[in-house]
Amino acid sequence: MLAALPFLACALVLALPGRGNKGAVWIAAVVAGVLSLLSIGLFPLVADGGVISTRLEWIPQLGLNIVLRMDGFAWLFAVLITVIGFLVVLYARYYMSPKDPIARFYSLLLAFMGAMLGLVLSGNIIQLAVYWELTSLVSFLLIGYWYHRGDARDGARMALIITGTGGLALFVAMMLVGHIVGSYELDVVLASGRTLVESPLYPLTLILFLLGAFTKSAQFPFQFWLPNAMTAPTPVSAYLHSATMVKAGVFLLARFWPVMSDSDLWFWIVTYTGLATLIFGAYAALFQRDLKGLLAYSTISHLGLITTLLGMGSPLAAVAAIFHIANHATFKASLFMAVGIIDHETGTRDVRKLSGLIKFMPFTGTLAIIASAAMAGVPLLNGFLSKEMFFTETAIYDSNVFINLSLPVGATLAGMLSVAYSIKFVHGVFFGPPPTELEKVPHEPPALMRRPIEFLVLVCLAVGIIPGITIGPYLAAAVHSVLGAETPYYSLSVWHGFNLPLIMSIIALVGGAIIYVPYYRRLRNIDGVPLTRGLRGQRIFERILVTATNRWARRVVQAFGTQRLQPQIFTVIFLAFAAGIVSGWARMGNLPLPENFDPVLGLVWLLGGISAMAAAHQAKFHRLASLILMGGAGLATCLTFAWFSAPDLALTQLLAEIATTVLILLGLRWLPKRTPVAEDLTWGVKFRRYRDIGLAVVAGLATALASYAIMTRAAPDGISDFFLANAYSQGGGTNVVNVMLVDFRGFDTLGEITVLGVVALVVFGLLRRFRPAADSAERPEQQRVLDDYAAGAGQHVADDFLRIPALIINWMFPIVIVAAIYMLLRGHDLPGGGFIAGIVMSLAFILQYLAGGTRWVEERLRILPVLWIGWGLLLALLTGLGAMLLGAPFLTSAFAYADIPFIGKVPMATALIFDLGVFALVVGAVVLMLVALAHQSIRRPKPAGSSKPKVREGLDKWN
Amino acid sequence: MELTLALAIGVLTASGVYLVLRPRTFQVIIGLSLISYAVNLFILAMGRLRMDAAPILSGANANPADYTDPVPQALVLTAIVIGFAMTALFLVVLLAARGLTGNDHVDGKGN
Repeated sequence: MLAALPFLACALVLALPGRGNKGAVWIAAVVAGVLSLLSIGLFPLVADGGVISTRLEWIPQLGLNIVLRMDGFAWLFAVLITVIGFLVVLYARYYMSPKDPIARFYSLLLAFMGAMLGLVLSGNIIQLAVYWELTSLVSFLLIGYWYHRGDARDGARMALIITGTGGLALFVAMMLVGHIVGSYELDVVLASGRTLVESPLYPLTLILFLLGAFTKSAQFPFQFWLPNAMTAPTPVSAYLHSATMVKAGVFLLARFWPVMSDSDLWFWIVTYTGLATLIFGAYAALFQRDLKGLLAYSTISHLGLITTLLGMGSPLAAVAAIFHIANHATFKASLFMAVGIIDHETGTRDVRKLSGLIKFMPFTGTLAIIASAAMAGVPLLNGFLSKEMFFTETAIYDSNVFINLSLPVGATLAGMLSVAYSIKFVHGVFFGPPPTELEKVPHEPPALMRRPIEFLVLVCLAVGIIPGITIGPYLAAAVHSVLGAETPYYSLSVWHGFNLPLIMSIIALVGGAIIYVPYYRRLRNIDGVPLTRGLRGQRIFERILVTATNRWARRVVQAFGTQRLQPQIFTVIFLAFAAGIVSGWARMGNLPLPENFDPVLGLVWLLGGISAMAAAHQAKFHRLASLILMGGAGLATCLTFAWFSAPDLALTQLLAEIATTVLILLGLRWLPKRTPVAEDLTWGVKFRRYRDIGLAVVAGLATALASYAIMTRAAPDGISDFFLANAYSQGGGTNVVNVMLVDFRGFDTLGEITVLGVVALVVFGLLRRFRPAADSAERPEQQRVLDDYAAGAGQHVADDFLRIPALIINWMFPIVIVAAIYMLLRGHDLPGGGFIAGIVMSLAFILQYLAGGTRWVEERLRILPVLWIGWGLLLALLTGLGAMLLGAPFLTSAFAYADIPFIGKVPMATALIFDLGVFALVVGAVVLMLVALAHQSIRRPKPAGSSKPKVREGLDKWN
Repeated sequence: MELTLALAIGVLTASGVYLVLRPRTFQVIIGLSLISYAVNLFILAMGRLRMDAAPILSGANANPADYTDPVPQALVLTAIVIGFAMTALFLVVLLAARGLTGNDHVDGKGN
């Protein structure tokens, strides 16, 4: 379907930012132009209430599908978005200064267009909420486009917080709607009739929903973000903050109007919020000095008007609302562009400095005057028609006296005010004496910059004079898609006869002039809104922001947080075990007495347990002893693995144990020296120690009990049988554990080796900047003692004492490597595999370090561990992708047996290549960590805190 | 047999937890290693203990009852490698903290 194309195009352009400025303009213009033509061309398909939709299944189980759906109403919006977007792109070509990063501007503008189109074309309400947030985000980026300006940053942040919060509320509302209706499909929701209104969750849903719509459309009391968003470049204001984004709120109201509006709650909240916004916006607009501020408040006021119409709940009012959405977009966008031109040509938007501009820019002036006349609702312009419809609706007799009076009076009042600020705009800027305070002489802008305005004003006129021909069919399609069978009869003609609405219009026009004329001198210089000046939404908002995110946050952190690690760990462990014990206690059941006892295993663990406890006891003062004891516990673990038929584990544990021990040994040298002293324990320390012992004992008991309880029960049927049954037939190997790692669960292994590689790089990176503490920067005591005895004795020890072992180890090197390769190759069928082989291989290097010393090895080290890591990862990935290339899922393996002479039958599964990747990565990672750690001992690093410049040494390969 | 292993897990956990709560970085690293032993054994125990069961398949048609449970083994194998990586990372963080703060307290403050 064609509707999906905008997104592709948008993504395409988004991928091309940062190019030449001209290119960005052209791409944006072409895309926007094509999109407008496309959407206009779609009209015949939606003209008779038709609905175009495209669907992409995503998570059908959850009802989450990507659905694009276009009906008449969405079409109207799509056309507004694309056409005005196109015009804005053209306009911005001349407006933006060459110094600004143009490409970013256009890519954001296109992203916004895509998001907004996605919003109006969404056929799934969750998708709608996502696009909703997307428009907020892009709007944030566009308002903050000139991010070097503080007010732009503030405005952007405020807009994001307000609309983002609203978006969150909307998201919840949408989920509630989905819950009530039972589907997230817009079609289903719209067809649900009165289900929503009758649901007990309706009030909550409605309020959240309205919160979303009101914040987006800047309705009272959330209106204050919109004037602050005027710090955006004017094309953005014209596009986002008058024509499209702020319309999203009323779009939503109209979209859900058929299913949600039929209640008193809706009527009271929506109508009177709209009315308050309408009057307040118009009132505030009158007192703005900044032209964009004036237009911003006027936009707020018009959005209020649309909201009021939608709130009234009668089908005719809805027609008027939809009509006014389109009208407002045309005249307001053109006015914003006109203000942009004025700003561009005169360098200011301040009403006080501007006057008499009609002499300097007659064309622009005329266009702006016509557009403001449309804004004021002067006959023969489009604004008049929809305003007339509005007056008609408000004047309908209602039995409730309050409603009967407040609506027409409020509407007329707002009409008067809007006439007044329109006159202020026109009179203040274009008439009167020539301006005196300007820095340059204004003149007409380039003709092309004016074209968009001309086009829009032409639309205003055409719609205003011959509405039946110009907008009739499109409006009909839009109205029909919202109202369906309820579509009332309405007439679009200019002259309805001399009736009440016309009288109200006349009162408004005359009243507006009466308000303006006596006060215009005073209005010219005033800034800020009388009466409500003290009650600025912005200031309240900022105060709340500071209080909530700064003061309260700090207080909460002070109350509940601590920087100290020990209490944190204690709390975590305590809570974890408490939760475990509470939930596990009830299920403990009867524990059977042990049936058999194995004295050998018992002996192993007698030693293992003693080692563990001794390690715990010695870790404070005797680190080496503690490390060795920990190795004892590790060895017991390793024996246990072997005991219980897990040879792979025993091998891996043994090898990893050795590697760990060597690494820690290398690190021990940098720890501070500790000598056991008779401690004078305070009560606090003693208490803490016994408390920790208590927790440790409880934790130990709990795990022992839990594991005993589990082990004495029969195992449930797991997934193991599947692996056992299929390892050979599908994975081609008899070592089930290895087949699982490289084949069935290959993706896990891929993730795991990635982690390993990342850790190695982090270790390397951290140690590059390693600074030892001042007291361990010296050479170790043992070496110094020897050097005191005779110069160079330390080196002598390394050279002579280990000569024989060194020789043996040198000879062993190839043998160990062969062993590693053997482990790798046989891994699929017998214990072994990439991990084990990798660690064996790295142990070969460790042995060389032990024998030859760091300097000796580094001079001879020919492998580049970082490359090994990279290639290993790449190899593993390519194996997986290779399977995809052949049409199988990621990481599927194929296998066959190859008959190699002298060696015999060798399994040749593609999993072997994967395992080779694992092998290479493990070797690279372990060797890299080893080298990085070992290298520290031959550096002469400057200790932390000293200011001596670092002396570069010859061997800085590993720095 | 089960009791032995359960006690072993308990002792390892208790020693590890005690050490993790100590203020010295070296104690914490040893404690973490001990806890990871305990956890690995615990995971292995989830598959129930089997002595003298074959871990390697012989022949294509296998009766699952004759073999050990491969799932916990595969999990533990992963856990051992990750545990190794974690220890290495923590060791380096420990060294860096030691260099920056001048002592080996977990909070980097004084004695």
